[in-house]
Amino acid sequence: MSGFFRVAWQVMRKDMTVEVRSLEILSTTLFFAVTVVLMFSFGLVTDGRPADNVAPAILWVSIAFSGTLALGRTFERERQNDTLRALMLAPADRPALYVGKLAGILLLLGLVEAILVPLVGLLFNAPVITQAVPLALLLMAGTVGFCAVGTLFAAMLVRARSRDVLLPIMLYPMTVPVMIAGVRGTAALFSPSPDQAVVQFWLSLLVAFDVVFVVLALWTFEPVMTD
Amino acid sequence: MTRLSVVDVARHYGRRKALSQISFSCQAGEIVGLLGPNGAGKSTLLNILATLLQPSRGSVTYGEQTSADGAAVRAQIGMLGHDLFLYPELTARENLEFFGHLYGVTDARATARRALERAHLADRADDFVSGFSRGMRQRVALERALLHDPRFILLDEPFTGLDQSSTAALVARLQERQQAGCVIVLATHDLDVADSVLSRAIYLKDGRIVGTDTDTRGLIDRYRRVIQS
Repeated sequence: MSGFFRVAWQVMRKDMTVEVRSLEILSTTLFFAVTVVLMFSFGLVTDGRPADNVAPAILWVSIAFSGTLALGRTFERERQNDTLRALMLAPADRPALYVGKLAGILLLLGLVEAILVPLVGLLFNAPVITQAVPLALLLMAGTVGFCAVGTLFAAMLVRARSRDVLLPIMLYPMTVPVMIAGVRGTAALFSPSPDQAVVQFWLSLLVAFDVVFVVLALWTFEPVMTD
Repeated sequence: MTRLSVVDVARHYGRRKALSQISFSCQAGEIVGLLGPNGAGKSTLLNILATLLQPSRGSVTYGEQTSADGAAVRAQIGMLGHDLFLYPELTARENLEFFGHLYGVTDARATARRALERAHLADRADDFVSGFSRGMRQRVALERALLHDPRFILLDEPFTGLDQSSTAALVARLQERQQAGCVIVLATHDLDVADSVLSRAIYLKDGRIVGTDTDTRGLIDRYRRVIQS
């Protein structure tokens, strides 16, 4: 394994070890995401019939909100004992540290989505099983884009006093294109007669966003973390 | 060549000057103390020496290298912060192995085991750091900072919260590194301990060097005179 990926792997493995022992982020994130979906279902499902076309937006809103929570908590851990400074002191490629943190958050959000998606399917009669593969691709691409920006911002803000307020203020405007593409792609997928070309278009757009966001984050991580 | 040179370093946060006109150099085998009241700029200076902060002006050279050399220069620096840079949810062994891997140590497992033996914590290797006393955590943290055998060792308030035996163990370990030819820079308020450890003291006040002292015996009186003048 090359040095870059070895460091990224070690950082991700460390984050997962800590999370498996505490279950702090997974439990709070999951609880929050499930609560959001349930609240929407109480408001938008009457007599067992959900309002039209609400499932995609509810799914992505839950992911965005719970993702923000996970991002904040992951870096709060690094702040508590100033371990982020120890990571930055390591003679390793600093972008590798970013990739490791990003991979850890993606894994956590992937677990949350694995529970969230069937719940949305159940409560809002969404065809999550019949459209499992394209839905998984949309979610994967959207989550990468959201977390790529989120990981950079959360790391940048780790020493800021108002980090909990600043993170969503900075993150949501930047990731609006990802959210729109995710919602539109999922809406096309959940429609009674799914238009594969439209789904393909939004998926391609998400992948393009991912490439731009990940490259920008890798490029800017070292300078923004040095000063 | 193990030599640390700081030339005309300044650091500004907006209009506030945290450091101004800081120049000094340290030779191999020296333990240099940064002494001064809170807000004097000691931690800012240590962060600049650790390459975690860029100076607004001036330069720092580590032998033939500068902070622009990135990972190559970081590989020569070991830092013990006031917060100990350890994960409380991991065991002592896991902490050391993780940082060993990160610091590119060849056999992280064996290196971590030796480090735990040096810290007299081999029997507590698989205990979570969260259950350790301050002194035990400090010993693990010091070994973490020294895992990759750095030539430049930076310590921020290393004696805070330590009892007499832990302080003595820390001092002994630092003197062993001093004998090995490392440059050690430490910021401390603990003048009693510093009195017997330092090769040289640098007094900082309001972000400036206000005096240096090679005769470190009787440090407390001279510190009062220099800082209060």
